[in-house]
Amino acid sequence: MTGRIHSIQSLAASDGPGLRFAVFMQGCPLRCGCCHNPDTWDFGGGKECTAEDIVKKAIRYKDYFGSKGGITVSGGEPLIQADFVREVFELCHGEGINTCLDTSGCTMNEKVKALLSVTDRVLLDIKYTDSELYRNHVGCEIDTVLEFLDYLNIKKIPVTIRQVIIPTLNDSEDNINKLKEIADRHECVDKIELLPFRKLCQIKYDNMGIDFSFKDIPEPSKETMKKLEEII
Amino acid sequence: MEHKNWTGFKAGVWQDEINVRDFIQQNYKAYAGSDEFLAGATERTKNLMKKLEALFALERQFGGVLDIDTATVSSLTSYSPGYIDKDNEIIVGMQTNRPLKRGVNPFGGMRMVRQACEAYGYKLSRKVEEEFRFRTTHNDGVFRAYTDEMRQARKCHVITGLPDAYGRGRIIGDYRRVALYGIDKLIEEKKKDKNALTNHAFNTEQIRLDEELFQQITFLGYLKEMAAMYGFDISQPASNAREAIQWTYFAYLGAIKEQNGAAMSLGRVSTFFDIYIERDIENGILTEEDAQELIDDFVMKLRIARHLRTPEYNELFGGDPMWITEAVGGMGEDGRTLVTKSSFRMLNTLYTLGSSPEPNLTVLWSTALPENFKKFCAKVSKDTDSIQYENDDLMRPIYGDDYAIACCVSAMKVGKQMQFFGARCNLAKLLLIAINGGYDTTSGIHIGPQMPVLSGEKLDYDEVMERFDVYIKWLSNLYVNTMNIIHYMHDKYAYEKTQMALHDTQVERFMAFGIAGLSVVADSLSAIKFANVKPVKDSKGFISEFKTEGDFPKYGNDDDRVDLIAKDMAHRMITELRKTPTYRHAVHTLSVLTITSNVMYGKNTGATPDGRKASAPFAPGANPMHNREENGALASLNSVAKISYDDCRDGVSNTFSITPEALGRTDDERVDNLVSILDGYFAKKAHHINVNVLNRETLMKAYENPEDYPNLTIRVSGYAVNFNKLSREQQREVISRTFHEAI
Repeated sequence: MTGRIHSIQSLAASDGPGLRFAVFMQGCPLRCGCCHNPDTWDFGGGKECTAEDIVKKAIRYKDYFGSKGGITVSGGEPLIQADFVREVFELCHGEGINTCLDTSGCTMNEKVKALLSVTDRVLLDIKYTDSELYRNHVGCEIDTVLEFLDYLNIKKIPVTIRQVIIPTLNDSEDNINKLKEIADRHECVDKIELLPFRKLCQIKYDNMGIDFSFKDIPEPSKETMKKLEEII
Repeated sequence: MEHKNWTGFKAGVWQDEINVRDFIQQNYKAYAGSDEFLAGATERTKNLMKKLEALFALERQFGGVLDIDTATVSSLTSYSPGYIDKDNEIIVGMQTNRPLKRGVNPFGGMRMVRQACEAYGYKLSRKVEEEFRFRTTHNDGVFRAYTDEMRQARKCHVITGLPDAYGRGRIIGDYRRVALYGIDKLIEEKKKDKNALTNHAFNTEQIRLDEELFQQITFLGYLKEMAAMYGFDISQPASNAREAIQWTYFAYLGAIKEQNGAAMSLGRVSTFFDIYIERDIENGILTEEDAQELIDDFVMKLRIARHLRTPEYNELFGGDPMWITEAVGGMGEDGRTLVTKSSFRMLNTLYTLGSSPEPNLTVLWSTALPENFKKFCAKVSKDTDSIQYENDDLMRPIYGDDYAIACCVSAMKVGKQMQFFGARCNLAKLLLIAINGGYDTTSGIHIGPQMPVLSGEKLDYDEVMERFDVYIKWLSNLYVNTMNIIHYMHDKYAYEKTQMALHDTQVERFMAFGIAGLSVVADSLSAIKFANVKPVKDSKGFISEFKTEGDFPKYGNDDDRVDLIAKDMAHRMITELRKTPTYRHAVHTLSVLTITSNVMYGKNTGATPDGRKASAPFAPGANPMHNREENGALASLNSVAKISYDDCRDGVSNTFSITPEALGRTDDERVDNLVSILDGYFAKKAHHINVNVLNRETLMKAYENPEDYPNLTIRVSGYAVNFNKLSREQQREVISRTFHEAI
């Protein structure tokens, strides 16, 4: 089977446990204001390659994975190419490589369920805890994401919840407390990671000639991040 | 044999023969625990270090050289004793009579000494000029014998950095022998060896060895005299840890007083010291704090070692390095780790005394090392950027478990093997010379076999390779013969008497060749093979530029199409070198290592088919060319790991810079991930890696405001340097290198 790939990165140290071989899928249905990879949106972009090709490449990095590392498929939105990613993960399992899925959890269907059955960990990007913000700045319903999380809980798939902290939108203690509540309701969540909003991607938007809608929002201060992390 | 100073040590063959390895194996205590036991710096250490910091600052203000004794030729006993602070030093001994004052050492060559003195506003004294007026130096000897072609090859920089005007270095005396056995026993053994020669036919080789043994014995005597000047009798074995470290240091000090070799490495002393330290701790005469203090004081002495160099030398080997390389860690042949508490103590000096390029701390990495030690190394790397790593699992099967590293990446059994250092040839320039049929466009020199310039609209891969092979053959032969002359003359006029006295009499020799510009050549050949490379001729009809159209695989992306070209180049080179016999039956070896000379090599090389502009720097060592890596850090490491150590027994150097963020989110994650990177890289049979964990911004700030970063240390090809001691050009090149960043 072939899939559309944006790029691969042989060393990803912050996308799942240990060292990861990261694959960025091409194409995303969401339009998050904070997105730092607008070049992965277009479903027609990227390059086509087979699941075997990807896994053959990943195998070359097995020596670095140690007991914790493995492959992380990110995006774009990997759920949109669930069949392909499932095949990648199946082949990885055949090679003893740990699999990790970095997703927004924006859709659920039989193909996604099949993918999750071969997923060792999910990095679930919960963008906000507020349904209004989800509608305005993401383009999907928060309930869809929470149902996705419920399913992971039923299937007992370990989850890391991630949230990008964007000043004025979700940098309040109240938001973090709500995020914590979500995590507490789901036993499968064993980690919450807060990531500071970064604007290094401005250049990508400029190159693509599109507007970076969050360009006027400041990056969060170290103090803010520290304060919020302490709540967790 | 028994000795009272050996009480408490486990017996072994080491008592009956000179065998430091056996002593270590019988007596060391492996340590698998964590760094928690370590002590910090004592007040005494801190005060002494403050004095040194002040001296270092003064040295910087004086343009890099604090003082030169222009009237005394450096040797073991030629200076009165010197101290930093006599009453507060635990380990004593100085190269000259004052800290950081440099001596002159004309045995390698007069010209370099004169030029070095003048470069810093001094003049070599009449006295020394007179003393050497009727003396042949190594440099004199070499230039008497060099052929015209050798001179031309040197002049056009296709072979550069040859040790033909100063000491060759890269020899490690087994300095531990002095501590374990005392000088008298060593002299006795050497005398036995000399007498045993009587039974052989006295041909050239035997006569030379006979004379060398005489010199070795004489210099062991001088070493004893030198120690006596400091109030120590080193004729007998050391009786405690302090003496063991002091005796060993005296031996090293003798070597650097006698020789100004490019790399004067220390060897593998930490675990040896540990045996004495453990004995003293058991006997209740030493505490952990005392132990760290001893190591600290020893390391402070190493940090003030200096040689007098010319500005041209600094262009090749930036940062005033001595390569006082100490190999730490590794595994034993019996499966026990050679990591001891003193391996930790040695690395801990980067905290107790602050980060520093010297000594060149080199961890012999094995995937089987204790996890606690691995983590400590990664932590120290992350905090100080002062450690390099070399693959013990790759070297141990070849050199056993008592080898050390000379310079950056040259492995040798301590006291049993030595090498003839041979700098490197410029492979990228050679490719251009080949394409131009024996003409170097940058110098305008005709050299090598003369042929027509390659013709055609587009360079043809097979044609280029066929041509390149002819020139590789030619250069290899010339290179070996040039080295034979250099080392014949060095043995004749500047023989390393102290260091060779601390080797077995029958020593195995390597002749170490090197290549620069490997990634430039690999990418250039890849461009010729996979893209369209159109040669552009200058007014004289020589190809001086290239128009490269289309994409091509680039070394550093774990792409076999080009990585195997790089691997093959190293293989071709060593295969050709082996065809010309060496002086003293030395074994041919090859390194892919440039130190900081990648800048100078690039400066002297025209534009290349990979798109590199004329005069632009090469990548250092075996590194991929800057910013051509598109698949991230591990892909880059995998590419380098493909260069075979069997082809490059003198080492394959890789310098790796990564931002803290790219290594993980928390400190603990960063440590764990760095350990995984090292485990993975070395499992791929890679040989060496320098690790820098820092941001480009830090370097840019240090470039703009050097005074704010007096101790910023970074790893470059095979060693570490104080960033401020690099030339502006070298600094810019370091800043432009690939930093693996978070995505």
